[in-house]
This record gives sequence, structure tokens and C-alpha cells, in this order.
Amino acid sequence: MRLNEEEQAIAAGALGEPRRMALEQQTIVGRYFGAEDFVPVAQAHLMADGEAVGEAGLALLERLAAHPEAERRVRVPTVTDPRGVDRRLCAKLQQPAYAEAREQRIVAALEAFGCLMTNTCINYQTVMAPVLGEHLAFGDTGSVNYANGVCGARSNFEGGVAALWAGLTGRVPRYGMHLDQARLARSRFRLTFQPEELTQWGALGGVIGRALRSYWDIPVIEGVEAPPGSDALKHLGAALGSFGSTPMFHVVGVTPEAPTLAAASAPDARAPIEIGLKDLEDFAASFAMENDNVDLVVFAAPQISLLELERLASLLDGQSLAAGTSLLAATTEEIASAARRMGLAQKIEAAGGQILEGVCFYQMYAREIGQANGWRNLVTNSAKLANIIGGYGYNPALASMERCVEAALSGRLTP
Amino acid sequence: MTATYWAARAMGPRVIGEALVATDGFSARYDLDRLKGIFSRPSHRLFGQSYVGKILILDRAKGGVASAWMFNEMVSSGLAPAALVMNRTNPVLAQGAALAGLALLDGFDQHITALVESGAQVEVDPDHRTLKVLG
Repeated sequence: MRLNEEEQAIAAGALGEPRRMALEQQTIVGRYFGAEDFVPVAQAHLMADGEAVGEAGLALLERLAAHPEAERRVRVPTVTDPRGVDRRLCAKLQQPAYAEAREQRIVAALEAFGCLMTNTCINYQTVMAPVLGEHLAFGDTGSVNYANGVCGARSNFEGGVAALWAGLTGRVPRYGMHLDQARLARSRFRLTFQPEELTQWGALGGVIGRALRSYWDIPVIEGVEAPPGSDALKHLGAALGSFGSTPMFHVVGVTPEAPTLAAASAPDARAPIEIGLKDLEDFAASFAMENDNVDLVVFAAPQISLLELERLASLLDGQSLAAGTSLLAATTEEIASAARRMGLAQKIEAAGGQILEGVCFYQMYAREIGQANGWRNLVTNSAKLANIIGGYGYNPALASMERCVEAALSGRLTP
Repeated sequence: MTATYWAARAMGPRVIGEALVATDGFSARYDLDRLKGIFSRPSHRLFGQSYVGKILILDRAKGGVASAWMFNEMVSSGLAPAALVMNRTNPVLAQGAALAGLALLDGFDQHITALVESGAQVEVDPDHRTLKVLG
């Protein structure tokens, strides 16, 4: 890789060990993918929940955070992905005893780097929307999909520590989604119906994600008759990233780099695959619980917006959860505050639900809290969560928000 | 039977070990019980099997960014694979392998999961971008 004068100084350690190590790591990855040089980024978005970071990651963070401020401060705004602990609820959720102490140490280290503790995976909705052509270092697969696909910004997956490296150097290796050619669609999908609600958009992302061949196989979707809205594209992008390891998508006539099918497609794009409502139903049916008893209903992954929270409050208003069934809804601290000010949070809590603030369910030591609370059958409206949570010992089912609420109120998931 | 396959991309140290092969994708968060060192996702073909010390040969990277942290913790705790070999990887697995010092190969001109059987002794040599089946 070509290093400019400043990058050579960083590599030589002239700007301190944290930046030297960051550039060294980025150079290994850049060379691996054939990057010719680095590109400056406008902001970074860092995933560092305690379960993922672990003790080894924490030791690394604390070692780097102990350097003088001039050496450790991030050089571009660096916001954070959801935390692993909502301190109000750590005991109630029966998170492991070490979780809160580890969390405090991670937060202290991130604050020492100068990270902005936004604690959200929907930063594109709640912190600052990316703009067309902007180079970024985002660290959540859903946020990367939204930034690339919906906003036309440019980011690869900068997983966990890689986003910290980007914050410390202010740049990333120029490969993948930073290059025009890699952003063109190789796979085409044509809808024969119009998705009507958020779970269907997530399921669509799941169907397409399963059909894609790799990170480098970008999809374009034809046949969407009207812009579906931010939350729909959020669920679509989150599921694409989860099932397909896909970093961006095009929707013809909707997303900025797809004014036409030809503009979004590579010359060698494959023939289109048709997707109908039956494909989404089959996809949902691929998740099945052991029986129809519901232990837990979760709205998360991605964190839910104020509009989704309002819908949930409306469905739960004046109702009570079934005995033995829990309901959790994860959102940002700012949206939770707004929801409380507007009386929405109170409706959810009066019904027996719980709002998780600044966290996301699967990042909260999901295996341990599932075992501690006896949660096994989990219903969610998030295709992404349904995909992830099976590995943590849950039996997930995928249903619309309305069916999820019905399941929470009755304790059973009915067809 | 011995054979040598060449990868388009490679990083990390040279290692020799026993192959564990499946046509599935891979994500540390989605697929593993990292406390026990086994595949924990019921739908994964390697469900219940230990990956510790094995050379994992799988199809492609799947979603999730957590592997970038998790490989480091897995190596630190002694519950890591010896190397990862894939048809196609993604930035997250490369970032995680770089931090953890894990060997990583990807980009073969044939489906690598169809060419090696679980239990085979294999050598991963990133300097030469090769995967050798030793027998």
C-alpha cells in the first residue's frame, strides 16, 4: 500500500503507539484485500459490547487508553454501537456478575479515546445521517447497509476494533465499498408483490441474503413501486447484512445509486430471481419453536425507532402480558427519553413490558440471561434477531409486530 | 491423497492441523458457543463439534461484526481454531484474524469445501498462499 507522508509518520510511531498499532492493523487488512492506499473518513461507529470484547479486548483497550491524551484521542467523530448492559436492568435481567464491572471499564476506556457514547445501531436515524459520497467507517452490518444503500455513503464493515483503528487514524484502507466498481450489483431480484409491513421487509432481506454468494455480491431489487420509508429499509438492510454478509443494496427508483436498473448493475449481473409473498412465508416458516408457548417477545436488532415504539405502545395500551411471558423493546437512550416524555414508555411498562435503553438484546450476554430466566421460545419481528439468536440457545419465531404483541398477551404464538 | 490449492488472499502464520470442513458459512457470534469451544447453532452442519485447534474450512463469511473482537478473545482463552480457510471471506473476519494473529486464506478457483474432507491433515501456508492436504 502507498503511504503518504503523514501515514509514514504514524507507521514510524511519531504520533504514538495507539495510532501506530491502528495503522499497522489497517495495513494488514488493506494489503489482504488489495487496497492501494488509504481514504479519509468523516466518522467512525464502534461496536464494543462486553460479550464481544471479552477480557482480552478489554485489556487491549485499557492498554491503549493509558497513553497520553494527544496519542489516544480519536481524530474523527467516533460514535458507539449499543452497549451490553443497561445498568438499570442488569440485576433484573440476571446478567452475569462480571458484566456490569466489565461494562464500566469498557466505557471508561472508550471515553478516554474521546468516543461519543451514542450507544446505538440506528445512528443513521438518530445521530447524523450519512450523505452521498461520504467515506465512513461504520461498525454494524445494518448501519453499513443503510449508509451505503439508502444514503449513498461509502463504508465497509469496520468490525469492532477496526472502527477504533479508523477513529485513531482518521482513515481506512481503500477497497470494497469505497470503490465504484465494487458497489455495482451482481445479483438481481424482482418482486412480484409489495411488502406491507416491517417484518416483511426484514424477511425480504433474509431471502435475498440467503441467495447471495458473499460480501462482494451486491443485490439490486426491482419492482418496488413506492419508497417504503426509513424503518422498512432499516429492516431490509439489517437482514441483508445478517443473512448475506452484504454491505449494501440497491432498490431501483428508490436508492440514490439506482435511478435505473442499468445504473446500479454490473455488466455481468446475473438474470433476475423473482420473489413472491410465498417466499417470505416460507422464510418465516424456517424458524420454528419447539411448541407454541412463548417465553419472551423481543423488539430489537435493529433498535426500534420512535415510530415503532409508538406503534408498540398503541398495541399494548390498556393490556397485560400473559403470566410467564416477558416483552423487551430495545431502543436508544434518547428515543426512550422522548417516549417517556410522550407517555409511550408508560403504556408499554404498564402492560408489563420493559424498554431496554442504549443496548440491543443479542449483545446483552443473551445466552446467560436466557438460561437464568428460563427463556427458550422467543418471538420477534426482526429477521436479523431470528437469525442470530438460535446460536445462543433460543428457539426463535418470526412474526409481525401485531402477532408478536398477541403472543405476548396470550403467551402463545398462534398461526 | 496429497494436493495443493492456491488462495487469492492470505495472512497470518503457517500452521498444520486437522481439517474441519462444512459447506456452511461462518460467524463467531452466530455459530459458536465460545465458552465451550463448540458450534452451537442447531442448523449448522458442524453443530455440537469442537472447533478448538482445528483448521476450519468453510464456504463464506456470514453477517455480524463481532468476530473482529471475538477471535482475539478465543485465542487468548485457548478456545480458537488454528486457522480459517474459506471460499470467500469478508472484512470482519480479516480484521479479526489480523488482531488475533490467526491464519486466514480465501479466494480459491474451486469450491475448497468440496476438495478437503474433515479429519485430513492440512497445512496452511500464508506466505505461499497455499492449502496443502498432507494426507
